[in-house]
Amino acid sequence: MTDTTHKTEGRPCIFTRACRVTPFLTALAIAVLGYTFVFAGEAKASGGGVENKSVEWTFDGPFGTFDRSQLKRGYKVYQEVCSACHSMNLVSFRNLSQEGGPEFSEAEVKVIAGEFDIIDPNEFDEVGDPIERAGLPRDRFPAPFSNENAARASNGGALPPDFSVLAKARPDGVNYIYSLLTGYEDAPADVEMNAGMSYNAYFTGHQIGMAAPLSDEIVDYEDGTPMTLDQYSKDVAAFMYWAAEPKMEERKQIGFQVILYLLVLAGLLYMITRKLWAGLH
Amino acid sequence: MSEDHTYQPSNAFTRWLDERLPIMGIVDHMMGYPTPKNINYWWTFGGILSFCLVAQIVTGVILAMHYTPHVSMAFNSIEHIMRDVNYGHLLRYAHANGASMFFIAVYIHMFRGLYYGSYKAPREVLWILGVVIFLLMMAAGFMGYVLPWGQMSFWGATVITNLFSAIPYVGEAIRELLWGGFSVDNPTLNRFFSLHYLIPFIIAGVVILHIWALHVPGNNNPLGINVKDKQDTVPFHPYMTAKDGFALVLFLILFSYFVFFNPNAMGHPDNYIEANPLVTPAHIVPEWYYLPFYAILRAVPDKLGGVVAMFGAIAVLFVLPWLDTSKVRSARFRPMYRQFFFIFVACCMGLGYLGAMPAEGIYVIASRILTVYYFAHFLIILPVLGMVEKPKPLPESISKAVLDAHGGSASANTAAAPEKR
Amino acid sequence: MAVTDTDEPTRRDFLYIATGSFTAIGGAFLVWPLIDQMNPDASALALASIEVDLSSIEVGQSMTVKWRGKPVFIRRRSAEEIEAARAVPLSDLIDPEARNDNLPEGSPANDQNRAPAGKEEWLIMVGICTHLGCVPKGQGMSDKKGDFGGWFCPCHGSHYDTAGRIRKGPAPQNLEVPVLTFLSDTKIKIG
Repeated sequence: MTDTTHKTEGRPCIFTRACRVTPFLTALAIAVLGYTFVFAGEAKASGGGVENKSVEWTFDGPFGTFDRSQLKRGYKVYQEVCSACHSMNLVSFRNLSQEGGPEFSEAEVKVIAGEFDIIDPNEFDEVGDPIERAGLPRDRFPAPFSNENAARASNGGALPPDFSVLAKARPDGVNYIYSLLTGYEDAPADVEMNAGMSYNAYFTGHQIGMAAPLSDEIVDYEDGTPMTLDQYSKDVAAFMYWAAEPKMEERKQIGFQVILYLLVLAGLLYMITRKLWAGLH
Repeated sequence: MSEDHTYQPSNAFTRWLDERLPIMGIVDHMMGYPTPKNINYWWTFGGILSFCLVAQIVTGVILAMHYTPHVSMAFNSIEHIMRDVNYGHLLRYAHANGASMFFIAVYIHMFRGLYYGSYKAPREVLWILGVVIFLLMMAAGFMGYVLPWGQMSFWGATVITNLFSAIPYVGEAIRELLWGGFSVDNPTLNRFFSLHYLIPFIIAGVVILHIWALHVPGNNNPLGINVKDKQDTVPFHPYMTAKDGFALVLFLILFSYFVFFNPNAMGHPDNYIEANPLVTPAHIVPEWYYLPFYAILRAVPDKLGGVVAMFGAIAVLFVLPWLDTSKVRSARFRPMYRQFFFIFVACCMGLGYLGAMPAEGIYVIASRILTVYYFAHFLIILPVLGMVEKPKPLPESISKAVLDAHGGSASANTAAAPEKR
Repeated sequence: MAVTDTDEPTRRDFLYIATGSFTAIGGAFLVWPLIDQMNPDASALALASIEVDLSSIEVGQSMTVKWRGKPVFIRRRSAEEIEAARAVPLSDLIDPEARNDNLPEGSPANDQNRAPAGKEEWLIMVGICTHLGCVPKGQGMSDKKGDFGGWFCPCHGSHYDTAGRIRKGPAPQNLEVPVLTFLSDTKIKIG
């Protein structure tokens, strides 16, 4: 190996240079961030054509978690106001007590579930009629309308969307929901409103079939939290985000451990690679 | 590389096995496979892609245990995975983001091949097999995106299958054949699920051919010159396994960021709305990795023309080895090609951006310009460049170039190296 | 990285071992979710207990309910059936254990240990033959009830008596009595 002679110079050889990954990482990061940026820009721009109001949520960022009492309040708003028209088909009562959610106690969930009448499509009595019984934690939230036509008929032709994944089904969903709920205002003079429609700054086309659902003092909070439209909107938006992403806390927690692990492993492999290639001559 | 295949069974059992199934010889060949010692981190994406394929197959097989391919249950079964199945949300996000990561890696892998002329003789078959894998990946990705049965799934499937109706005379018949009906419906979802499960295994088969076709001529390298002797190479293990492993872990960190902290960044919110055949979303876009081709499709104002251009954009890659007339492989020694390469990368990124924008006004004009440039790059620039460009002098051998650079005599050759700041 | 050549091999060996074990640990953690996903999911676990109203069952009648996807036999036994079951000496039994999930393991298979304490009228068992998982006959009025007047598994000919104990045939164990609680005189919770 003739190249051993060069070792004496003590300069980094080309093989350790091969270990340098900065340009490689930079290029990768630029490409990925570029695309993310394009999509983020697109996401903000869509919707009502107006940029959503941005709330600082407790669940933002890699370490963010849900505020349990906020989720509980949000559930109360959902249950007392929204659920009259909006279904939440994919969420079960038992989810209310699972880890990473509002974390009602199991006893509380039994009481909550018991207040609902459930008609299980698979349960029939002796003569084949459907059984109506009190809800159990395992049941899903019953829908306010039996089908789409019934929902439209009761809502002036508009279909109230299901809440289960709504916060993920709109760009920047949780901020959008908050903006929409607080975005009702008088229509500008030059806008002609259709019958039964309300003006909302954040809704596509600005004419929304849902009349302003929330107003101050409409739901009683027992924990001293201000009973305002703004607070209700935040709480129910947070609750809907949890309903759409109930495993968020578990996901972030595992992710934190995984990334930590990978960083250490990267360090070890970097040292191995460096040593191997440096010792090549 | 048969001359490097010098496996000697070391004990009675391996001798017995070797006479019946010489698999240890293959393992031995893989471990000792001589790799040019100057290849850089852009070469680690082959290993990363193998990982992506395995990861997609493993997570995919698992998701199939919980998924229901029926129009009335598909959407809810995905949410069942997200909500109820143990670790289901992670497996589903890993699979969905894994597709994006797979394409990030494959695009880098392809651009690396373009930059260093890895498609040129004697590696034409290697390159063509790679393009076949790319096509299969696109098919698998497309069908996989249909399975959650959201709005984007449904309308993506509708738009893409309608492409085939552009074919004269038989287009309508082909479209109905693909659908198994008169619109995208349950039969379509079922067959897409079946094929989505099948294609990755076909990809795995072609990957084996791809690696085989790699091991015959051996790796290309940043200098693009042939390996002369053992001085120029290192055994794959441990040198490349360590380096590939390190690069893979870096890649996994990026992957994990998306899976754990931003899992829906590369998806579209509309796909969380269940498919509705009566309402098209206001602004439909394919997954990001199809955007450049989608832009080309929309750039042509004719139905058949658009489809031909889109498929042509991939087809042209098959004949690339013969379109590039230059004798020199690496862009390091091709000053003009090097510039055109970066313009081409920008062109592809631009097409990707335009694919996400609405098809109106300035965006259409820009897509047309870039589409023309895309094809001109392959059909005009590359053939002409080979004739008019004066390449820089090539180093004698890999070891020589390495020693020159090491000695500090920063030659013009290495100054052009992209990894040198 | 100022290391001398002499200590390099050992340091490298250490690095290899450290990295190898670290990777193996990571691999083990990675495998767990891939396996655990096959365990019963949250929706299945939520169905783990059911409540059954017994008020409509007359003496001598049976009812079958589904619990965890399996049939549960509920029989309101007549006085003769109870008597017949009690008359059997333990030495006549193929399986002398009660197989009652409400009792400690190894309790003798006398009739009192098969039926719920104080509710001897009721016999509640998982209706799965302990041989290879078929559902024995005997619930229906006109079903063949086997040589011992209880249940008879048509798959391989196992005969169960009026306390659900195996008396003849290839089945190794008595029918399983699931965990149950009487919520009231006519309401039980299974599981």
